[in-house]
Amino acid sequence: MSQENILEIENLVMHFGGIKALNDVTFDIKRGSVSALIGPNGAGKTTVFNCLTGFYKATGGGIMLNAGEKPTSVIKVLGEKFKGSDLVSPAAFLERVKYKMFGGSHLVNRAGLARTFQNIRLFKEMSVVENLLVAQHMIVNRSMLAGILNTESYKKTEEEALQRAFYWLEVVHLTEFANRLAGELSYGQQRRLEIARAMCTNPEIICLDEPAAGLNPSETEALASMIRVLRDEHNTTVLLIEHDMGMVMNISDYIVVLDHGEVIAKGGPEDIKSNPKVIAAYLGAEEGEDVSL
Amino acid sequence: MDIVLQQLVNGLTLGSVYGLIAIGYTMVYGIIGMINFAHGDVYMVSSYLTAIAIALFSFFGLESFPIIIFGTLIFTIIVTGAYGWVIERVAYRPLRNSSRLSVLISAIGMSLILQNYVQISQGARQQGIPTMLTGAIRFDIGDGFVQITYMKLFILFAAFLGMGVLTYIIQKTKLGRMCRATQQDRKMASILGINTDRVISSVFVIGAAMAALAGVLVTLDYGAFDFYVGFIIGIKAFTAAVLGGIGSLPGAMLGGVILGLSEALFAGLISSDYKDVFSFSLLVIILIFRPSGLLGKPEVEKV
Amino acid sequence: MSQETGINIASSIKDTIIAGLLALIVFGPVVGILLDGYGFETRFDDVAWIVAIVMAGRFAISVFVQTEAGKKFIYRQLIKEDGVTVTAPDYKSKMRYIIPIVIIIGLIAPFIASKYVLTVVILGLIYVLLGLGLNIVVGLAGLLDLGFVGFYAIGAYGLALGYEYLGLGFWSMLPLAAIMAGVAGAILGFPVLRMHGDYLAIVTLGFGEIIRLVLTNWTEFTHGPNGVSAPLPTLFGLEFKRRSRDGTPFHEFFGLSYDSAFKYIFIYLVLFLVVLAVLYVKHRLTRMPIGRAWEALREDEIACRSLGLNHVLVKLSAFTLGAATGGIAGVFFATYQGFVNPSSFTFFESALILAIVVLGGMGSTLGVVIAAFVLTVAPEMLREFADYRVLMFGILMVVMMIWKPRGLVRVTRKGFATRKGVVK
Repeated sequence: MSQENILEIENLVMHFGGIKALNDVTFDIKRGSVSALIGPNGAGKTTVFNCLTGFYKATGGGIMLNAGEKPTSVIKVLGEKFKGSDLVSPAAFLERVKYKMFGGSHLVNRAGLARTFQNIRLFKEMSVVENLLVAQHMIVNRSMLAGILNTESYKKTEEEALQRAFYWLEVVHLTEFANRLAGELSYGQQRRLEIARAMCTNPEIICLDEPAAGLNPSETEALASMIRVLRDEHNTTVLLIEHDMGMVMNISDYIVVLDHGEVIAKGGPEDIKSNPKVIAAYLGAEEGEDVSL
Repeated sequence: MDIVLQQLVNGLTLGSVYGLIAIGYTMVYGIIGMINFAHGDVYMVSSYLTAIAIALFSFFGLESFPIIIFGTLIFTIIVTGAYGWVIERVAYRPLRNSSRLSVLISAIGMSLILQNYVQISQGARQQGIPTMLTGAIRFDIGDGFVQITYMKLFILFAAFLGMGVLTYIIQKTKLGRMCRATQQDRKMASILGINTDRVISSVFVIGAAMAALAGVLVTLDYGAFDFYVGFIIGIKAFTAAVLGGIGSLPGAMLGGVILGLSEALFAGLISSDYKDVFSFSLLVIILIFRPSGLLGKPEVEKV
Repeated sequence: MSQETGINIASSIKDTIIAGLLALIVFGPVVGILLDGYGFETRFDDVAWIVAIVMAGRFAISVFVQTEAGKKFIYRQLIKEDGVTVTAPDYKSKMRYIIPIVIIIGLIAPFIASKYVLTVVILGLIYVLLGLGLNIVVGLAGLLDLGFVGFYAIGAYGLALGYEYLGLGFWSMLPLAAIMAGVAGAILGFPVLRMHGDYLAIVTLGFGEIIRLVLTNWTEFTHGPNGVSAPLPTLFGLEFKRRSRDGTPFHEFFGLSYDSAFKYIFIYLVLFLVVLAVLYVKHRLTRMPIGRAWEALREDEIACRSLGLNHVLVKLSAFTLGAATGGIAGVFFATYQGFVNPSSFTFFESALILAIVVLGGMGSTLGVVIAAFVLTVAPEMLREFADYRVLMFGILMVVMMIWKPRGLVRVTRKGFATRKGVVK
């Protein structure tokens, strides 16, 4: 792929009933970068995340994901309302019907975007390895007949899936817990397992929703180096929401600052640190809090 | 033409009854986010209670219609309300933190218990009550006529009175305020000192009381019932609740009336054997095209 | 800790009296006054018994929860220890010794058992099939299907009507019925499965009832409540009747004297093999990507979507497979009875199948097999309690959900040996 930007978000608008959560948000994410989305509480960071990972259907604007073989419009694959122009263009109409029936957030993942969740969502009553195998659902041999007959080619893809699972377990240092139930792991381990699970879908971009929340300083340090491994060794673009400013400034190449549903600043860490608007937003939003950007 | 009008009259009374039962579904759904599967059977129990009350009154030699009706209503509503409380205490409260599936299965179990327990204690045969109120108003229209029995007028009056009282309770009283608060956010409500368990119990009791009102009215009108009546009417009332927008009180009543009218028209004009099939298909169609119903708010998924 | 081991009898008695009063209000009218025409008879002794039992039960529970054992019990309930365990990678189940023995006994059994025992066991096996089908839907995928009997009816009526109108026999209808029931499941499931679980429950509940209504009311096609006769299976064209319209019947071909047990033996053997096949398929499914996806979906749907799984299609595959299994069970039921009518397909049948899954444990295959036999064979043995069957199912569901929601049999998950990680 030659395009420079893996994710292009243009004039994104999101309304919940009468509440305008996002108001004209525009930014791009460069391929191979580690980018961060920051802002005071209630700025709309998680809403942006949910829009671009396909869990909310944006009210307006465009999200283009330039991954895989061809670019994907995240809003289109979620299934749009029918328009008058569909009457004259049967192809567009059929495409809309297709996405209305079979579309949804899973297509965003298949297009090459994986995510984690702020409140961890693991399959708690399944083992750690099984969590990683489920994530490879689209890669493995899903033929029912091959599976029931346990054919050689089926066994081979299952073995490959297991090897991939154990590879990611090594990366997140969870190999010894492979046969434990995911729900039995500690909080920090669960966060790491969730990242490994998302990586098992072979994404080109991974979105981490507050990955350092609830971690102690040494765990945060380990997380930061893990994120660098994702970028440097696996050419994965990383987009994260984070409140830990130390970590954000340390690992990010590019930072987007949101406040009240609008982008108030974007640029490298140095620019953001000295941006008066950002400082005002933080100081204004949370009075008395000492902000050291 | 006269058939259509007659069916509209019948549909309106039927619909108001569906609306009353739908309130039970919609309130419980609003507060704990679950379908109360035993609700149709609560209605069924109230039919039996109606007949028992009438039999008791006539045994003690009371014959005045208003006294019997009034006494039957009070008796049935109180006892059915107790059923509502017991159901919540036994099948719902111990499962407050369990998975949704567990609660659903436990509710189905409760529904089976109620049906079979009534069947064992009262027998499987159909039961009935004597006709209490006769007479009708007739309107001649062209060659045919439309008639509204006094009983149907009474049903309409009582159903809308019941709705009115309920709306007053929910909007104006302290209990209503606590209900609405618990519905918005159960955790926050309990932090603010509301005994949410008690609120949930009262919602079950209110729902059961409304079903009891419906049970008395329908039994007085139709006369016959058995231990199985709660099943179909339960599904219909649920359809009404979904049609109006589950969680919304006026929606339940509106959904009930619309369902009653359309079902009566279908039965009168097309086929009465398949009127249940019609209501059910309506439910599926609503769920596909407008799952939030007419007056409900679309659900926003929490990610 | 042991300072307050005292049991507060006063509060227990208060609870007991309240429970007794409630029982009196709730059970008094319905149990105590038996409607008889427009009059009634009284049965206050029954009410007294029920109230006494409720009070005794409430008192016992109230005292129990104040004891050390009771506190421990409640604690265990609160922390939700469901007892799911992951086995060691090299773990070999003892089942590999038990299964061959069971198969051999199963194959020999029909030749020694009496005809009555055989018919009961056939019924038990039919419910094993139904239980396995519903277990895929409820236990693995976590979807509550209350109209399972509808698919069972499609299979049974498929055989009876297919024979009457198209002349199709048992062997052609067996796969056809599975497909028909599966397609019906897919058509019903597709629109509803994208909504959250409760709607599915009520729509399937309605669907089961609609199937029964259509079977009852469409008299020209289904003969309504009178029912339709269903054909027996054939062995390579040999029939199991006393006299055959075309060709030699089975007993003449082998020079045996006619015995009506032959047909049951044959149905049993075919059914036994089908059950074994379904058991094997289900065992494989839980270890395959699709089975893992079902369970993952039961655990967390949103996470599944974020991993690229189309939740609607994954659910639909479980729903369809379950329905197809129900259809196969229906064919066996029809051929076993020789006759079908709508009264075999009421909601109580769905409730029985659900009770099998609940008792056997969601997701546990062994549990379902045992529960199916317990719940179908036990009522045959205890006929005097037949009236109380449904009541028992209801109580069973409520108690199991409170006490052991995952069923009586412990759920185990397969462990995987550690290997060198490779990524391509």
